[in-house]
Amino acid sequence: MTTSYVATAGEDTSTPSGKPPTSDRSRAEARLGQKLVAPAIILMLLVTAFPMLRAIYLSTFNYSLTAPDDREFIGLNNYITALTDPLFWQTTGITVLYMVVTVAVELVIGFGFAMVMHRIIFARGVIRTSILIPYGIITVVSGFAWQFAFSYQNGFVNDWLPFIDSTFNWFGETTPAVIAIMVSEIWKTTPFMSLLLLAGLAQVSEDMIEAAKVDGATWWQRLWKVILPNMRAAIMVAVLFRALDAYRIFDNIFVMTAGAQKTESISFLTYRQTIEQFQLGIGSALSVLLFISVVLIAFLIVKLFRVDLAQARQEG
Amino acid sequence: MHLSARPQRRGRRRARLRKGLATAATLTLGSALLAACSEASATPTLNWYINPDGVDTLTALAAECSTDDYNIEVQLLPSSATDQRTQLARRLAAEDSSTDLMSLDPVFVPEFANAGWLVEVPEEVASELADGGDVLAGPLDTVTWEDKIYAIPQWANTQVLWYRKSLAEAAGLDMTQPVTWEQIIDAAADNNGTVGVQANRYEGYTVWLNAMILGAGGDVVSDTEAGKDASVDIDSEAGRKAAEIVEKLVDSPAAQSDLTVANEGTVLGQMFPPDPEAPGGAGEFMVNWTFVYKNYEPNPDANDFTEEQFSDLGWARYPRTVEDTPSAPPLGGIDIGVGAYSEHPEFAMEAAQCVTTAEAQTQLAVTDGLMPSRASAYDAPELTEAYPADLLDLFQTSVDEGGPRPKSAYYSLISSAIQARWHSPMSVDPESTPEESAKYLKDVLEGKALL
Repeated sequence: MTTSYVATAGEDTSTPSGKPPTSDRSRAEARLGQKLVAPAIILMLLVTAFPMLRAIYLSTFNYSLTAPDDREFIGLNNYITALTDPLFWQTTGITVLYMVVTVAVELVIGFGFAMVMHRIIFARGVIRTSILIPYGIITVVSGFAWQFAFSYQNGFVNDWLPFIDSTFNWFGETTPAVIAIMVSEIWKTTPFMSLLLLAGLAQVSEDMIEAAKVDGATWWQRLWKVILPNMRAAIMVAVLFRALDAYRIFDNIFVMTAGAQKTESISFLTYRQTIEQFQLGIGSALSVLLFISVVLIAFLIVKLFRVDLAQARQEG
Repeated sequence: MHLSARPQRRGRRRARLRKGLATAATLTLGSALLAACSEASATPTLNWYINPDGVDTLTALAAECSTDDYNIEVQLLPSSATDQRTQLARRLAAEDSSTDLMSLDPVFVPEFANAGWLVEVPEEVASELADGGDVLAGPLDTVTWEDKIYAIPQWANTQVLWYRKSLAEAAGLDMTQPVTWEQIIDAAADNNGTVGVQANRYEGYTVWLNAMILGAGGDVVSDTEAGKDASVDIDSEAGRKAAEIVEKLVDSPAAQSDLTVANEGTVLGQMFPPDPEAPGGAGEFMVNWTFVYKNYEPNPDANDFTEEQFSDLGWARYPRTVEDTPSAPPLGGIDIGVGAYSEHPEFAMEAAQCVTTAEAQTQLAVTDGLMPSRASAYDAPELTEAYPADLLDLFQTSVDEGGPRPKSAYYSLISSAIQARWHSPMSVDPESTPEESAKYLKDVLEGKALL
């Protein structure tokens, strides 16, 4: 049986490194914990690390699935090909545009929705549910719905917008097609953003808001000086989640334009190389580059918001 | 007493209900397992992945060709050729044992055979097909890869020139003689007509470009069995000639307003426009597949075409690219392949032979307008009754003398690379497009450019 280490008053419990010494019991607990999580970690490694390592391995080959005999080791050439190809940078540019615009718009509208859901007094359930409905719809379905809506043959968008000609083809050129895709994306995922922001809003102390009110702060001042600073971690999580999601945009493009009119995202380019053309080598290289970009974006967002993630999880 | 008895009764009832449900579940599961076991030990089911053309006829054919040894069940593939290829390839790459029979677009055969996804047709069947057999030369060529036969042609598709007789007459064109692209573009432009082609960014556009290049005596690529090292020939006189025709059509009033997104379906509507005075109202010259005849044939259940309109429909051989060289009508159709990972390859091969007989092909042609790949089927009385003799003759000649798309394990790359540089038709320039597309195609094949 292990005995717990109990520090007595006045006893120095710190180690030379400044950390409290570890007791037998906590060491044993740590060992037990490791044993308990080991199966999960092994499983995680199998399902996530294996495909990633496999992709890295495949990316060093010029390899088409339909010509297995022509497979050839080419080192980092696939990466050089991708990074020097204008198509890669064009799709990366359009993907960043999708990400920045949709996340910015969703943040503003999502915050508005979160405020409504937080403060609403009457018909609370109905209003909250109504706001969340789009998120419950499968992206492919919402993509089709918006494609029909923007269609100049049977859609309603042209009729509803007085400054648009009724025969205007939204999917005929890059700019309107990108706008249509963004509208669909924003409609679909704003509720998710608002849900995350609602959680953050609920954590802002009412006492602080009341105190600010007593001190004579206006609604606008309360929002900027009290509410938003206290929601920084929640906003960071919301922006991070949505930005990573938006950078991987695929379904709406697949349904609405199939990548035509230069609306293709980096995920779509990767899909086309790997699944449509069976070019496993260059497709894997693009997947690895996509993965690196996602990690980079996550790192940048965490840095930008200067949030200690451990603190955000209330572990500090 | 009363109050405490109620929960007890409810508890007993719940226990009985649970017991009953458990018994029912056990029985259901047991019987399902027994059924599955007995089915597995009894007649195997062969899955036949079909494309959505003539589904009812093919379903009936699957039933007819089922025997005491196996049942054939049809599974529907998506409608676009690209999606069909992707779905089948995904199954085969995963070594799916339930993919027994496949309806393959001819351009997939070399790719799938090269990947080892198709069972080679046994010697005796192959020699029956190849050595003086009944199968027409064009379709036979599509199933041959590296001197071996990997599939059995089921139906053969080809494109012909469909036109309004009144429009050709107004232009003074003698349609009994071969016509060129230039002639029909001028004829349509001068007589308030249009020219219908497939110029959306998809496989149909490659079909059109390939046919024009072959028609000028050139080709897109040659030595395709060298795989990635195939010779890229599109930067040639033939390539430039094809580009000139695209440019001429784009610059002509004969171009249809939706040219850049036109496909086989959209061009159909331009044959009999409601207002003859409106732009393009005189109808069109249109290159399209064999189904067009059945499409315009008056049928109160399916369309509004009149006998008068139908009698104004004419057909001729695919237009020439250059005046002195016979055209190479595009070839399509369906070949039946047997999956390499099928658990019953012998049964599947037997079934493939059954669904490709001359009788089966006649049935498909009569009911669905899908033309036979066997010469004898063209003489079947049902077919000669359903189609005019000269049209049947035209179909047969076009199939027999048609020009295939490149036979390559990299066909999909080739086709997509061409579309990437030749689309939109508005951007085609005879001086630069063939050269740029050849360079790009080479880079794509060598893995030096993204597609």
